[in-house]
Amino acid sequence: MKKQNRRTMAVLLTVIMAGILLSVYALGIFIPDEAAAGSFLNAGKSPSWEHPFGTDALGRDLLMRTLKGLSISMTIGFFASAISAVIAALVGIAAAATSRGVDAFVNWLIDLVMGVPHTVLVILISFAMGRGFWGLLIGIAATHWCSLARLIRGEVLQLRSQQYVAISGKLGKSGGWILFHHLLPHLVPQFIVGLILMFPHAILHEASISFLGFGLAPEQPAIGIILAESMRYLSAGMWWSAVLPGVVLVLIVFLTDQLGEQLRMILDPYSAQE
Amino acid sequence: MKETLGRLARIFCTYGVRTVSLLFAVSLISFLLVSASPVDPVQQYILGLGTAVSPAQRAEIEAYWGISVPPAERYCNWLTGILQGNFGYSALYRRPVAAIIRERFWNSLALMLCAWALSGVIGFLLGCVMGMYRDSWVDRLLKKICYALSSVPTFWLGLVFLLIFAVWLKWFPIGFSAPVGVRSRDVTLWQKLYHLILPAFTLSLMSFSNIALHTRQKLVDVLHSEYALFAQARGEGRWTILFGHGLRNILFPALTLQFSSFAELFGGSVMAENVFSYPGLGSAVSAAGLNADVPLLLGVTLFSALFVCTGNMIANLLYGVIDPRVREVGE
Repeated sequence: MKKQNRRTMAVLLTVIMAGILLSVYALGIFIPDEAAAGSFLNAGKSPSWEHPFGTDALGRDLLMRTLKGLSISMTIGFFASAISAVIAALVGIAAAATSRGVDAFVNWLIDLVMGVPHTVLVILISFAMGRGFWGLLIGIAATHWCSLARLIRGEVLQLRSQQYVAISGKLGKSGGWILFHHLLPHLVPQFIVGLILMFPHAILHEASISFLGFGLAPEQPAIGIILAESMRYLSAGMWWSAVLPGVVLVLIVFLTDQLGEQLRMILDPYSAQE
Repeated sequence: MKETLGRLARIFCTYGVRTVSLLFAVSLISFLLVSASPVDPVQQYILGLGTAVSPAQRAEIEAYWGISVPPAERYCNWLTGILQGNFGYSALYRRPVAAIIRERFWNSLALMLCAWALSGVIGFLLGCVMGMYRDSWVDRLLKKICYALSSVPTFWLGLVFLLIFAVWLKWFPIGFSAPVGVRSRDVTLWQKLYHLILPAFTLSLMSFSNIALHTRQKLVDVLHSEYALFAQARGEGRWTILFGHGLRNILFPALTLQFSSFAELFGGSVMAENVFSYPGLGSAVSAAGLNADVPLLLGVTLFSALFVCTGNMIANLLYGVIDPRVREVGE
């Protein structure tokens, strides 16, 4: 009975956390641009009922800006991790299911991508794309697939050594048939969980790279840009512009991380029965 | 003896070939990326000069920089230059890239080494405590802290520390690696350390959770093993088991993990150096990227790859020391 409860709890938690994340995202999308526009009359106000997060040096409401920034970060994070997860799946399967040469090449490629610090590589890619949204998206997507690819490669190698796969081959099924009917169904949970656990990393990297100035244009309300601006006014005592948006960012990242963990508990065949 | 030497030579050959091929690929890919950039370095350089430039002078600059040379030839020239130790000339700092890297590397190394050692020691000790008191409230609390820290971005933590310790409490300086207005040769070691504490502390907080969780898991495995059970049956206490059987089994894996985390360390130092305006490689690479200083950007990228490769190589060699089964890699 207790085991049943834990699973139900996990499902409930997942739904609640997904609901919170989706509503934050929707809030950011539906807030009109005027709400985040500022007037110099309100510049540098500390938090109050009217402006719960205070205003920045240009008088823009920081709560609105933070929410809008979060939805941009979540968009980039989602697409980057989706692309990254697809790359990981393709590369992982290719490494494990084709020739040894491909496997060696993939391992070398993973070593190559892991061999340059991610921040430096994203800076390079962003520079190559002339900064902006696409540079950020492609940079993050191109750097986050490695560990998931390794995981999927290991999983496929392990599945291929199973007897039912060998029997299926002996019964005359083609490699493609085996891939679709025997391997892919096992990989789906790994893929989804890997995708969701990649999401918080992608958001964190997006914020970091925007903070350095390689991401979106400075007038856009990305979290990294808000925090980079706040750094200039830190010694002027505007603590709220550095602390509050950062706290919200940390909470969102923590929430997505927990969401991934709960989903893993539900989807992963090894822990699904706990 | 001869056999050992031969094996060592083989291992070094394998890793040597691997490292060289990786570095070569990094140089090629980063060069291609930089060439593909729509940002015009000459335009940026001229903007940096701060004066108007006539078309003739501009053509002269372009000829001096070899803009019209085809990319393949430019790459070959750059690579042969690097093999001779010439990394080119930074457009931003107006100095040879090699000199900038050399000077800033020592700053970065001091920062990273402090953070690396600190996070290793904190992480290992916490991991031991968590493993020894598994499932107690201490373990659960520390585990929560470790997981929570992984959701915190380095630069934000740095900002908050800066706010608390530098702006409010005024315990630490706001930035740089030495006091402003003091000649560089007059800076004392204490002043350097004083400027290092906050960034190093920030950086180490970001990376200790990984090592703590890893050590905890290893220690739990050791304490559940049959030899630990046998030692218990002989009447050894928990701490005797930790020192007699636990440490030698968990110390080396932790050290190996720590060596293979050089990439995250470097990435974290890019963020920390930017927050604390610390003049190291990390702040150089972001400044180079923002100002289209291509030679410096390429130089630091290549250097960071070399740094990470070195860490990975040490980690791999250490694996061989711990686990005889991995020692055969070179064969």
